[in-house]
Amino acid sequence: MKEIAIVGYQQSDAVSDAGAQNEVELIIPVLSRIFEQVGITNAQDVDFVCSGSCDYLQGAAFAFVLGVDALGAVPPIKESHVEMDAAWALYESVLKIRMGHADSALVYGFGKSSPGELPIVLSQQLDPYYLAPQWVDTISLAAMQARMMLDRGLITERDMAEVVARSRRNALDNPHAQLKGDVTADDILAEETYLSPLRRSDCCPISDGASAMVICTVEKAKAWGKPYAVISGIDHIIESHNPGMRDLTDSVSTRKAAENAGMGKGKVDVAELYAPFSHQELILSRALGLGDDTNINPSGGVLAGNLMMASGLSRIGEVFNRIVAGDAERGVAHTTSGPCLQHNLVAVLDKGEVA
Amino acid sequence: MSDENEMITGIEVPIYLKYNFTAGAAPARFLSQLKEGKLTGQSRSDPGAPVYVPPRGSCPATGQPTDTEVEVADKATVQSFTIVHIPIPGNPIEPPFVVANLVADGANISFIHLMSECDNEQVHIGQRVQAVWRPEEEWDYSMDNIKYFKPIDEPDVPVEHIGKLPVTGLEA
Repeated sequence: MKEIAIVGYQQSDAVSDAGAQNEVELIIPVLSRIFEQVGITNAQDVDFVCSGSCDYLQGAAFAFVLGVDALGAVPPIKESHVEMDAAWALYESVLKIRMGHADSALVYGFGKSSPGELPIVLSQQLDPYYLAPQWVDTISLAAMQARMMLDRGLITERDMAEVVARSRRNALDNPHAQLKGDVTADDILAEETYLSPLRRSDCCPISDGASAMVICTVEKAKAWGKPYAVISGIDHIIESHNPGMRDLTDSVSTRKAAENAGMGKGKVDVAELYAPFSHQELILSRALGLGDDTNINPSGGVLAGNLMMASGLSRIGEVFNRIVAGDAERGVAHTTSGPCLQHNLVAVLDKGEVA
Repeated sequence: MSDENEMITGIEVPIYLKYNFTAGAAPARFLSQLKEGKLTGQSRSDPGAPVYVPPRGSCPATGQPTDTEVEVADKATVQSFTIVHIPIPGNPIEPPFVVANLVADGANISFIHLMSECDNEQVHIGQRVQAVWRPEEEWDYSMDNIKYFKPIDEPDVPVEHIGKLPVTGLEA
């Protein structure tokens, strides 16, 4: 099987409101930076392009088609799209390369969540007969999940506050982070409750922005002469649509995806976990069996900025950045989709050979 | 329960989502110029780059930003058209009417607008038209500032020249 490398990753700042910018205007600066990073002109120089976005976020039909205007699609290019986080666009691109249909791919994701009421918008991804008509929002579902964790004695509110405080402090070193600060768990615990038992700080912010990645075969990465990280394993597993049908205090799909991706074959120096709520980071790190020797969410994670449809790809990008910077040799990136960690993707990244 | 045979064929689940939608910086600039009675497009900064009306903020051919504003004429050429015979729900215009792809002089891609003050059967590709504007006091951030385009007495544009005219039109 062809070994696949990540050779470039860029993201925009996570901002609470990108103002008048449309999707093309959000994407162009990120793409021009990644073209420069990899040393290519535009999407003509890769074999395949795949994007992740969701029209419900900004309330514009077929917005993802207009996003193609940022690529340079004359003459026509091979292009695809997932109505999901761009981490799944990466997954599609990995399959494309493994099947021998491409040697390189550009992957990008973008989201403008500020125009709508995101927790309400996301209620429409639920079961259309029972749950969506009740407008069950994402924060309420996460609050119920956190309540189950607390009542079973699996976590404490202080554990949750520690997750938030670490995110805020780690984000001080992340130039793209929206929320950062020298904050302690006591500061978080002093906040009033928002949707019990969650405080506002336990919830990720609403963010606008985009991210992009270029992957290719290892042979091509060497030919390009770029530092790279190898995607040594990637898998995704989905659980029941009905939150009542699964154990919300665990993430079986994350654990299985990590096994299939070969996470256990070596040490994990760094982990970037897509945990939109503080207690979910605890579920995920336990499901993955991460210990003290793993640096969890050094970027601050999505509690520091949640670019819907792009932050999953960013988790993989953040691990890539640390590997090529020499801060880590091996890392794991996790992405989630759906309410209460319904659908999970795990990618394992390894250091490439020194060029 | 004895209602096994009662087939449910549908349930009513209305969905209402509210958005503060923004068109984008480039379309917003286009609309604010329309309010001043001007049709403007955008192009890349390199000489000879195509002019897009209305602009979206990028050159779709290359993916580069369109950072140069270009004012175009309100004269245009018919690139394609259709005659609508069927009433469209919610549309106040009585059929039959003409919807046309028009390329403004100075622009390189078409936009869609209505044609009127014309014999529908005589409308043809390459035909020259000009905007009929609403009274200035009614101008808003809207393409509707132009009521429709009407034919003008200028020679037809050969097909290979449509979308390639300067702002001054065919005569220049």
